[in-house]
Amino acid sequence: MMDFIVIPILALLAATAVTVARIRNLWAAVMFTGIYSFLSASWMLILDAPDVAFTEAAVGAGITTILMLATLSLTPRRHRKSSRLSSEDFEERPSKSPVFPLLIVTITGCALVYGTFDMPHFGDPNAPIQVYPEPSFVEKSQPDMHGLPNVVTAVLASYRGYDTLGETAVIFTAGIAVLLILRKNTDDQGSSESQSVTGENA
Amino acid sequence: MNSFPIIRVITKLLIPYILLFGLYVQFHGDFGPGGGFQAGVIFAAALILYGLVYGLPAVHKVAPPKVIEKLTALGLLVYAGTGLACMLLGGNFLDYDVLNHGILTENHFLPEGQHLGIFLVELGVGITVTAVMTMIFYAFAGRERVTS
Repeated sequence: MMDFIVIPILALLAATAVTVARIRNLWAAVMFTGIYSFLSASWMLILDAPDVAFTEAAVGAGITTILMLATLSLTPRRHRKSSRLSSEDFEERPSKSPVFPLLIVTITGCALVYGTFDMPHFGDPNAPIQVYPEPSFVEKSQPDMHGLPNVVTAVLASYRGYDTLGETAVIFTAGIAVLLILRKNTDDQGSSESQSVTGENA
Repeated sequence: MNSFPIIRVITKLLIPYILLFGLYVQFHGDFGPGGGFQAGVIFAAALILYGLVYGLPAVHKVAPPKVIEKLTALGLLVYAGTGLACMLLGGNFLDYDVLNHGILTENHFLPEGQHLGIFLVELGVGITVTAVMTMIFYAFAGRERVTS
């Protein structure tokens, strides 16, 4: 029954990925990456990971798309600027012979597929991830957490609080770095229409 | 996009619900799916949507860049401060068990111990993520196009 949903989503994911790789209209490519993110969010929801699906939908489809579009609008467009999708947007083929890259991709793909044979089957109750912490977090967290029912949050914020502190610090550092690189001097806030480009603070 | 009345009206209708959903994901994250990261991004998405439709000056009035800059650090400080508070109360860093207070805990009116610690920590994460995402948007949107 699930296959009716799973197979179309995976097929659409593959089709979207190929389209992103082939399309030469950058605006359309950005929109297709957004579509890809939404499809993966649906896929993660099917895999019972609503937290990750949230993040994928909000970050991947929402904010990343907007930032990519903002970048495109800031940079000069070297490619054709057609707003409509047409067959001319798909470049015919690259000039070099595709045999060697195809060979490498095929070998890598085969190696990766071969690697999955050693992995536990999806949903296997004897997989290491299900049996490793003994007793498991699911059993431990109820008495530990003073009435906090969500095991995912308990693991993220309490059992592995250091990790999450580090992640927050990484986000903070990334934000500071982006600010240092991209920010103009915005001392005259509130009237940013007339921002001066004098880089005194830079 | 100032000249599209449909987009303006629909945006104004949508933004309160996006903000409300962000708050729900933040403060209900202990019970349902969600948490600081997701809530922060959803909250920032509402601000970014407002900025996209109504322009940068409008969103700068709602969330001034100077405040946003400080909030990035504040969230991290809330997180680390929760850990330090645990140390001051005699536990280990981020050991929320010492946050037990025993006040108004019937019916989970005030969360206790681990629950309180997780609440504060997630709040810190949410503040930092909201602020960083909004700030990055400001940094991108505040620049002018490179003339080619």
